[in-house]
Amino acid sequence: MRAPLLSPDAAGLACPEGGFHVDPWRPVPRAVITHAHADHARGGSDAYLCTPGTAAMLRQRLGTVQVQEAGWGEPVALGAVTVSFHPAGHVPGSAQLRVARAGEVWVVSGDYKTAPDGLSEAFEPVACDTFVSECTFGLPVFRWPDQGAELARIRDWWAGCAAAGVVPVLGAYSLGKAQRLIAGLAGAGPIAAHPAVEGASAALRAAGYPVPDTLPAAPPLPPGALVIAPPAALAGGWAGRFGPASTAFASGWMAIRGLRRRRGAERGFVLSDHADWPGLNAAIRATGAARVLLTHGTTAAFARYLAEGGLEAGALATAYAGESLDEAGA
Amino acid sequence: MRRFAALFAALDGTTGTAAKVAALADYFRTAPEPDRVWTVALLSGRRPKRAVAAARLREWAAEAAGLPRWLVEEAYPVVGDLAETIALILPPPSRATDRSLSDWMAWLAGLAPRDEAARKAAILEAWDGLDATGRFLFNKLLTGGFRMGVSRGLMTRALAEATGRAETDIAAALTGAWDPATTRFADLVAGAGAGPGADARPYPFFLAYPLEDPPERLGDPAHWHAEWKWDGIRGQLVARGGTVALWSRGDELVTDRFPELAALGNALPPGTAIDGEVLAWAGHGPLPFAALQTRIGRKTVSRKLLAEAPALLMAYDLLEAGGEDLRAAPFALRRARLAALVAGLPPGLPLRLSPELPFADWGALAAARAQARATGAEGLMLKRRASAYGVGRRRGDWWKWKVEPFTVDAVMVYAQAGHGRRATLFTDYTFALRDGDALVPFAKAYSGLTDAEFREISAWVRAHTLERFGPVRRVVPELVFEIGFEGVQPSPRHKAGLALRFPRMLRWRRDKPAAEIGTLAELRALLAAQAG
Ligand SMILES: [Zn+2]
Ligand SMILES: [Zn+2]
Repeated sequence: MRAPLLSPDAAGLACPEGGFHVDPWRPVPRAVITHAHADHARGGSDAYLCTPGTAAMLRQRLGTVQVQEAGWGEPVALGAVTVSFHPAGHVPGSAQLRVARAGEVWVVSGDYKTAPDGLSEAFEPVACDTFVSECTFGLPVFRWPDQGAELARIRDWWAGCAAAGVVPVLGAYSLGKAQRLIAGLAGAGPIAAHPAVEGASAALRAAGYPVPDTLPAAPPLPPGALVIAPPAALAGGWAGRFGPASTAFASGWMAIRGLRRRRGAERGFVLSDHADWPGLNAAIRATGAARVLLTHGTTAAFARYLAEGGLEAGALATAYAGESLDEAGA
Repeated sequence: MRRFAALFAALDGTTGTAAKVAALADYFRTAPEPDRVWTVALLSGRRPKRAVAAARLREWAAEAAGLPRWLVEEAYPVVGDLAETIALILPPPSRATDRSLSDWMAWLAGLAPRDEAARKAAILEAWDGLDATGRFLFNKLLTGGFRMGVSRGLMTRALAEATGRAETDIAAALTGAWDPATTRFADLVAGAGAGPGADARPYPFFLAYPLEDPPERLGDPAHWHAEWKWDGIRGQLVARGGTVALWSRGDELVTDRFPELAALGNALPPGTAIDGEVLAWAGHGPLPFAALQTRIGRKTVSRKLLAEAPALLMAYDLLEAGGEDLRAAPFALRRARLAALVAGLPPGLPLRLSPELPFADWGALAAARAQARATGAEGLMLKRRASAYGVGRRRGDWWKWKVEPFTVDAVMVYAQAGHGRRATLFTDYTFALRDGDALVPFAKAYSGLTDAEFREISAWVRAHTLERFGPVRRVVPELVFEIGFEGVQPSPRHKAGLALRFPRMLRWRRDKPAAEIGTLAELRALLAAQAG
């Protein structure tokens, strides 16, 4: 039997035949990056390969690094294998990585979401033999409401805050989630963005994504403005500068009441950049893979569930975040 | 249940006290009549009896959702709440049922006498007609554990706002054993809610704040009365118009469990209300709390139990005499009248005046406090001589000054995720002590650390798990904590043969290696000393 096409080593998910690592957590000679979130795209490697959208973010985050870009579905030969990127629907530019050698195809999902969000390239299932899937929300308690309905709830809260004379401050991950909100809420009133959010927005605009312009989040704000900031800024008391405020978070974890209460936010909006339980199950079936290897989240339980459904399934030890439910930014 | 669900959403969607009171007051003004009464009942802890065992609910929900039972068990600790877990996994409803809260309560009452198959069918049908919030609330009613982040004080304030009555009147009106199924809202807030012991309704209890500052800050010792803080059950004995009732602090009528105190009530002049501590008492001192516990659990009291753990009321205060409400009078005066009342009763009754501890200066009082354990008390009570008898827990006039807890250093051996607000942190720990070469688990604790410490320890737990049993993780025995507790009692149910009273973490001993933890022998010695 041949060695597995991909397997974790000390630096990350390694492909010895292709001479690269996927989303390595330690510096390597060649890093293939699924998307620009900090736990998947780390600095220090000699060379990077990713989609143009991810490359824009990578340059913004890591400075001048050697980045090779590959468009959607464009085959790139690396050593004895061929790789290509396919939309993961997680954040703009985020990709699944297809890795093929003679007679065998693996797909590494990176982080993914199956429902369209209006900004990211929509998820596409890719047929494969082995699917390395994330399962951040791999429990049946996670079922996302319709994005439109959640955006309407946000607008209601925003309008209520404006009427009550308090500033609505919405915590959302600065790359992806924040721009999805800005695009989905544009036109409802002035939106002010934290510098970290604006940094990501600017990079995405430069890469051609239609992210609406926002105001800088600095007092004095125009009346009725909504502030969008990374969750960490809210935890750090950054919102205090705007006077009386109502805080909220937009995250899949907000589906759980106890988590929302522990964050001390008044409101939680269930808006995730990851697939929910039905989404994960549908995506896995759609690949036709006979073997599924899981990363992020409750991997052991999900593997058991898939195994009971007749698939060969196991957990893959990685250093990606999302294991910790403590971060509301996933 | 739409109206009730909206109230819940409003309370849940704000962290501000004023907004909560406003939402409640609005509800009490405008919600349908019987729903208001039920809401008061639920928020004041009058929970419906659990109609179905939690295990059955999990099973039926798993079946309805087409999920293996073990997967529901995996999800539960992540959510931290059974009612919510079930609400989240059920498939979308196929119909919309709209029953009011009181209709649901009547529906629940009708559930109990039916057999299990009928209950299951009824519950599956109910789930299928409710949306996610409706299901969550319905499950909360079903499992009997209702908390909406509203204290009794907040609810009282909202009722006062909605009805234009004084808060203290409302607090008094809500005491006693009224039945939400038969009480009208107007009668309830007017204090005319009928129920057992209605004529002998208690006054709301006045509670002390823990003293954290040095007592010198309280000023002139002459203004303060000191007595033991007894370790029993706070109770109010009310004799009024031929009725005698003994109430515990949760407004629970416990007269039947303490027949000797009911008999005492019959010896009191009509129109008397005494605030005190129910203790198990033998000879000159209290029996350990474990003895009193044997009395709390039983609805019917055997002669043997009466002899083994005889109850006594240690009187603290006189709230009513000759039918007159004395609560506004200064404590010193109430206390003098209480002393006279007790002295005038025939001898041999199970009633004592809690002795005053005279002290010339704060130093002398501190010395007295050090003797509390030897007396069977858990510390001191300090009451301002001029103070009225208030409602609820207020700062300023009454303080409890507990003795320092016992402590032992122990190692964490199991960790479990918390509930509710702490659903994804490992906050519930089991601790072990050394017994020869073995580590023997002896106590659980889940409070006493900061959020930052819980986060740090949770990360450690994830990285140092040896074994997983559902939500419980066995961890490397390495982290040492100082455990504080109020006493030890024998417990054959536990592997260690003993159980701690009120164990909690005092601090994380990062400085201490697991090799230096305490031994079970220390606790056994403490147990022997307490018994002797
Ligand atoms: Zn990501
Ligand atoms: Zn990730």
